[in-house]
Amino acid sequence: MRPQSETELADMIRAAKGPLAVVGGGTRGVALEGEPLSTAALSGVVLYEPAALTLVVRAGTPLRDVEETLARSGQRLAFEPMDHRRLIGTKGEPTMGGVIAANVSGPRRVQVGAARDFLLGARFVDGVGNVIKSGGRVMKNVTGLDVARLMAGAHGTLGVLTEVSLKVLPDVEKAATLVLRGLDPARAVAVMAKALGSPWEVTGAAHDPEAGETCLRIEGFAASVDYRAARIAAHLSAFGAAEIESGGDRWRDIRDGAGLAGRDGDLWRLSVKPSDGPTVVARAGGMVRAARYDWGGGLIWLLTDRGADLRGAIGVFDGHATLMRAEPATYAAFGRFQPETATVAALTRGLRARFDPRGILNKGLMG
Amino acid sequence: MQGGATGCDAAAVAMGAWLSMVGHEEEWPMQLPPVDSRVMAKKARIVARLREVLPADAVIDDPAETRAYECDALSAYRCPPLCAVLPASTAEVAGVLRVCHEEGVPVVPRGAGTSLAGGAMPTADSVILGVAKMSRVLEIDYDNRFVRVETGRTNLSVTGAVEAEGFFYAPDPSSQLACAIAGNIAMNSGGAHCLKYGVTTNNLLGVTLVMMDGTVAEIGGAHMDAGGLDLLSVICGSEGQLGVVTEATLRILPKPEGARPVLIGYDSAEVAGQCVADIIRSGILPVAIEYMDRPCIEATEAFAHAGYPMCEALLIVEVEGSPAEIDAQLARIKTIAQALNPVELREAKNGDEAARIWLGRKSAFGAMGQIADYMCLDGTIPVSQLPFVLRRIGEMSAEYGLKVGNVFHAGDGNMHPLILYDANKTGDLERCEAFGAAILKLCVEVGGCLTGEHGVGIEKRDLMGVQFAAADLEAQMAIKDVFDPAWLLNPAKVFPLEVSATRRAAAGGPAPRTPRGI
Ligand SMILES: Cc1cc2nc3c(=O)[nH]c(=O)nc-3n(C[C@H](O)[C@H](O)[C@H](O)COP(=O)(O)OP(=O)(O)OC[C@H]3O[C@@H](n4cnc5c(N)ncnc54)[C@H](O)[C@@H]3O)c2cc1C
Repeated sequence: MRPQSETELADMIRAAKGPLAVVGGGTRGVALEGEPLSTAALSGVVLYEPAALTLVVRAGTPLRDVEETLARSGQRLAFEPMDHRRLIGTKGEPTMGGVIAANVSGPRRVQVGAARDFLLGARFVDGVGNVIKSGGRVMKNVTGLDVARLMAGAHGTLGVLTEVSLKVLPDVEKAATLVLRGLDPARAVAVMAKALGSPWEVTGAAHDPEAGETCLRIEGFAASVDYRAARIAAHLSAFGAAEIESGGDRWRDIRDGAGLAGRDGDLWRLSVKPSDGPTVVARAGGMVRAARYDWGGGLIWLLTDRGADLRGAIGVFDGHATLMRAEPATYAAFGRFQPETATVAALTRGLRARFDPRGILNKGLMG
Repeated sequence: MQGGATGCDAAAVAMGAWLSMVGHEEEWPMQLPPVDSRVMAKKARIVARLREVLPADAVIDDPAETRAYECDALSAYRCPPLCAVLPASTAEVAGVLRVCHEEGVPVVPRGAGTSLAGGAMPTADSVILGVAKMSRVLEIDYDNRFVRVETGRTNLSVTGAVEAEGFFYAPDPSSQLACAIAGNIAMNSGGAHCLKYGVTTNNLLGVTLVMMDGTVAEIGGAHMDAGGLDLLSVICGSEGQLGVVTEATLRILPKPEGARPVLIGYDSAEVAGQCVADIIRSGILPVAIEYMDRPCIEATEAFAHAGYPMCEALLIVEVEGSPAEIDAQLARIKTIAQALNPVELREAKNGDEAARIWLGRKSAFGAMGQIADYMCLDGTIPVSQLPFVLRRIGEMSAEYGLKVGNVFHAGDGNMHPLILYDANKTGDLERCEAFGAAILKLCVEVGGCLTGEHGVGIEKRDLMGVQFAAADLEAQMAIKDVFDPAWLLNPAKVFPLEVSATRRAAAGGPAPRTPRGI
């Protein structure tokens, strides 16, 4: 199915006889039961006001188009959504709806916020075929429950996004990267915490244990970047000398988990209290083949032995582990998403039953 | 008063005025849900049961004392509650809610009572649940940059707990000395610096939420995103309708090295609007862009003597960083401002001058309060519509015969028109409210919303249909159904009564007299 308009989408959902697998760009490699429902034709910029930092686009609009449109006006999506294609090994073109539905956020999340923080409003069609709008196109809006933000991270299980409005930010004049070498994960997380806790606005903090590199990004006006890079290097001198690279090129690779791309094993994404990161990984023990830390340690990409029970090995922690790439049997055994507490799971079920009483939208994806 | 006994005459009269101007030709039979006589009849038993789960002095049922809870900062509407309770722990909150759930008593959560929307106003048959006793800091973690507090803690004292180490909690409502994190979360409050740092929802990592049946849910934590549905999204801004938030994990940020404002005056709103647009387009992101119009400047000058120029539009733009970074950004801003021929361009040379620039802005509400009673709205508009909306407000001011001053966060389009009226003059409040409703409708028409940070509460409840279609409201109410199936938490707020009538009745509340759909 490939609805040409929101109205047509609503008709299709209303008339659906069975499960529908909502597809944006299909780049996250989620294979689901049901008839594919593509948002590709719901595409295009509805409104772009650079002076108001506001962009409204239809959900099927390719991320690339959005980024090009913004770049022409010297602006960007500050939450720098990752591109999953390399890491998951998928094809297709990421869409804005997919980015919001999965709350996809890159390294800058640690400073400016996640995709959901830049969402000003949304239109969507629920599992019954109702067209619903929430939020709007203004920066501040507390009128009624923030249903739009609930859609961010709902992975299409509460409704199919048709339009999203976003806050955008100015692009930066210059970026620099501080690289510290030879730190173990615990020291790396400590150094990242120290940098992120300084007034010099670090916009990326990542650690690659294999290369032994800890990277910190600084962005802004040229003179300011030079000044802050020097201040941070001095601030962190107890951890060793930092090399200052001009530019932020390596952050695309960090964002996309490039270092783990194409490597054998299951792929997990962990969200943790940053300082817990190294111990959580240590608890996983020998099943871990490789790890990458982002968000100052709060986001961990883990490559593990195939079929290994990572969640079982880690036990209880402040955060969650999402299975991002594995064989069907592994998904079947562990589920994609971290099981929730009984109370939260009951709320989730309740919401799904309300928004999609037939349980047809992305069936089985979120429990 | 027409129709059923709400038990709150003064409030009902005032609300009648409010409601009669929003396009409902007929008079409404009631403005608050009818008082549940079953609840009133068993007051003694409810109070006794509450005393079983709380220390005796934490249950207030003496009518003289419950008056302290009859309103919030929207003081035109008042109604003493059945009783008020002041639990001291999450467990006590759960105990209270369990009792109220079993007895079918509505509960209105309360933080510091500074809501400007009547969010914390009771109904006569409700229990006010105040979290003021719960104000401890539970955990401070500088490495992971968060603080965990009980929600009765005031906004400013959250920053107070971490500032010695160079950190702060970013959302800064002007009421921050008094308002509690509880209300901030419930209203998703903003502040002057949210252009850069976001509002409450962008700085909230986790909550302990007690639901109406007494179940305690831990949602979120010290990690940075949700593992499943992002329930915090709807809890933040839910105006006490989904659960009682007793603890919160808040993001704290390192303080910038410094901040400095510049004051820019223009002869027209259009040009000031252009200046705001040009600054944003240039790639600079100030932490704050504040706007004041002539009536506001005049009132403020008379009151605070900040030395503002008399002009049509005054901007205060603040940037952050090291001294050199501030100089560089202000130099760019000054170039942009100069190109538009300002009547005044004043940069703070030191902390003293910075304080003077902010003095007038910070005294604006107080200054307006000196000259008259006022009603403060907070509709938000796309910033490109600023000049048009300001002009229309000026025209409407003449039509309604009431003065209005505008002081607001221009960077994000969050207006704060202050309509001046005389509470002692018959008909003035009604005219003021009609004028207010007209302004909010205008905000929606130009692509904005009814409220940018104060919330809907009871004040804008009956205007919700202006912004939302039936299906939109239905989706919001469906979420409440899941968290609070009995519709006992703050049920008289946010949703127009006739829209929520069936749900409130089905859940066991008193049946409405004339139910209708929208
Ligand atoms: C002079 C003045 C200036 C202001 N400036 C600003 C401003 O700049 N920005 C801004 O955003 N607001 C502002 N406000 C409005 C107000 O201060 C905010 O809405 C504030 O967040 C309310 O907090 P409170 O603790 O006083 O909440 P209350 O007034 O007690 O309650 C507000 C709402 O929260 C609910 N609630 C309270 N506690 C809980 C809880 N524990 N769990 C669930 N729900 C709960 C209540 O039921 C009610 O609906 C201002 C108010 C005044 C009087």
